[in-house]
Amino acid sequence: MLSVAFAVLAIVIALVSLSVGTTKLPLADVIEVLLGGGRHGTRLVVLELRLPRVATGLLVGIAFAVSGALLQTLSRNPLASPDIVGVNSGASAGAVAVIVLAGSGGGNISGAAAKVGIPLAAVLGGLIATLIVGALSIQRGVVDAGRVVLIGVGIAAAANSLVAWLLVIGDVNDAGRAAAWLAGSLNARAWSDAIPVLFAVVLLLPVAMMFNRDLSALVLGDDVASSLGVRVARIRLALLIVATVLAAMATAGAGPIAFVALVAPQIAQRLTRMERPPLLTTAMLGALFVVLADLVARNGLQWLQVGPYELPVGIITAACGAPYLLHLIGRQQKGR
Amino acid sequence: MHVENLTLAYGGDAPVVSGLTLEVPAGQLTAVVGPNGSGKSTLLRGMSRLLTPQSGQVLLDGKDIHKLPARELARKLGVLPQGPVTPEGITAAELVSRGRHPHRGLFGRLTAEDDAAIDEALAAVELTELRERPVDQLSGGQRQRVWIAMVLAQGTPHLLLDEPTTYLDLAHAVDVMNVVHAAAHGSGRTVVVVLHDLTLAAQYADHLVVMGEGRIAAEGRPVDVLTAELLEDVFGLQATVVDVGGAPVVVPDRRLVG
Repeated sequence: MLSVAFAVLAIVIALVSLSVGTTKLPLADVIEVLLGGGRHGTRLVVLELRLPRVATGLLVGIAFAVSGALLQTLSRNPLASPDIVGVNSGASAGAVAVIVLAGSGGGNISGAAAKVGIPLAAVLGGLIATLIVGALSIQRGVVDAGRVVLIGVGIAAAANSLVAWLLVIGDVNDAGRAAAWLAGSLNARAWSDAIPVLFAVVLLLPVAMMFNRDLSALVLGDDVASSLGVRVARIRLALLIVATVLAAMATAGAGPIAFVALVAPQIAQRLTRMERPPLLTTAMLGALFVVLADLVARNGLQWLQVGPYELPVGIITAACGAPYLLHLIGRQQKGR
Repeated sequence: MHVENLTLAYGGDAPVVSGLTLEVPAGQLTAVVGPNGSGKSTLLRGMSRLLTPQSGQVLLDGKDIHKLPARELARKLGVLPQGPVTPEGITAAELVSRGRHPHRGLFGRLTAEDDAAIDEALAAVELTELRERPVDQLSGGQRQRVWIAMVLAQGTPHLLLDEPTTYLDLAHAVDVMNVVHAAAHGSGRTVVVVLHDLTLAAQYADHLVVMGEGRIAAEGRPVDVLTAELLEDVFGLQATVVDVGGAPVVVPDRRLVG
C-alpha cells in the first residue's frame, strides 16, 4: 500500500517538475502533451527538454534505492549501500576514465564512446569494486557485515583517488565536465541517458523481486536460510551482481547521486516495520526522493530569489542524507 | 536417519569427526553430549548439509542428503543452528512463518495450510498469546521457543537442534526440553539434539550418544550409558551418578581445599 502511495507522489512531483522552469507551463498542458496532444512548442519543451531529465531521475532513484536495499539485506548492515561500500566510486572511476581518456578535448564526447562506453565502463568499475570488497570481507566462508563497510570505505577512497588523478591528467574541459557529473547531476539529461537505466531497471527489478522470499529467509542467517532450502551462495552472488549493475547503471546515467541508496531502504524499512528493506516500497521511495530533490535543486535558488542558478541534485540528496548517516552510525554504536 | 563412516573437517584442518557411524532411532529423541571440542556440533552440521563431509555419507530414508535437491531436503529435515541471530523488529508469528519457506512458491500469500502449520507450531511452544510481539522483546527462553516453533512449522519428519538450551536458566531450559520432547513423542518426529547438560540430556533422551575426540565413546539408553567410569574416561570428571526415578543424575565430586 505504501509503495502505491510513494509511486503516486513520485508521479505528482514529476508532473510538477515538468511544468516549472524557465517557461512555466500549466499542469493541464503538461498532461495534454503526455497524452499525445498539445502545441508543437509545448511538446518540445516537455518531451525533449524536461521529460528525459525527470525520467532519468525517477529511474536512477529506483535503481540506487533497490541496489541499496539488496546490499543492506545481503550484508545485514544498514550502512552497506553502494555509495558507502565503493560500488558508486568504482563505477565513477570507470565512467570518468571514459570521459577523460576518450574525450575529444573539447568537452563533449560523442558517438559510441559516450553512449555505450560510459555505462559499460561504469558497470565494469562497479563490478571490480564489488569483487574486491566481497573477496576481502569473506572470513571462513562467511561475509562479515562489519568488514564489508570498513573495506568498502577503503575501496571507495582508492577509487576516488583514481578519479582525482584522472581529473588532473585530463583535458580541462573534459575534467570540468566529469567534475560536474561527479556531483550527481540531472542537468541536460537526454533520452540516451535515460534508456540504459530503463533497461537495467526493467530487467533487474523483476529479478530482485523473484528472490524476495529468499531474502526473507536470508535475514535469518546463512545457516538457517540454507536449512530452509535456500541456495545461499548462488543467490548471494546473483543478487550482488544485480545490486552492482543497478547502482553502476544509475551512476552512469546521472553521476553518483549520494545517499539515495543508503537512506531510501532504511526509511522504507522503518515505515513498513519490516526486518529488512521492502524492495518495491524502497524503489518507489527512491524515485520520489530523487525527483523531489531534483525539483528543489533546479528551482530552489530561484524560489529563494538568489538568482537563476541550478544546483546538482546530488548536493540536495547529500544535504538530506548526511545527517541521516550520522544518526545511523550513532544508533549502531549505541546498539553495541 | 543413518550416518555412515562420516569424516568431517573444516578446510584443510585435521578431522573433527572421523569415521563416525550412527543409526538414529526413528520417532525418538536422541541427545548428543560430549566435552567441549568433542565434535558434537560439527557432527550435527555434517548431518544437515551445513558442512560437506570429507568422506562417508548421511542417509535420510535411504538417500544421501547431499544428492537431494535443496528444497526437497528442507521439507524432510529441519535444522536449528546454535545461537541463531534474530532480526530486529520481527514478530514471533513472522519468524515462525519463515519456516514455511520450502513449501511456498515464488509469490503469493500464505495458504490455509501454511497458517495452520504456523498456529500449530506456536501452540506447541505455548506462545500463541505472544505471536504479534517482536521477538527481540521476549525473554531468552521464549525467544528460543519461537525459533523452535520456526523449525516445527517447517513440518519436517526429522529435526536437528544444536544446543537449544545454551545460556538459558534451568527453568527455561526445562521449558525448551519439554517442547523438544513433545516434538518427538507428541508428533512422531525423529529428533536429534546436541546438549551441554548431561543431567538434562539423560532426563529427556530415549537414546544417548556420548562423543569424545570425534568418535562415539558410548551410546544407548541413558541409564546404561551414563556411568561414573564413562564420565571419568570421556570428560575427565569425577562424579557420582545417582538414579532418580529411572533417570541418571550426575553429581560432581567436590574437591574442597581447606
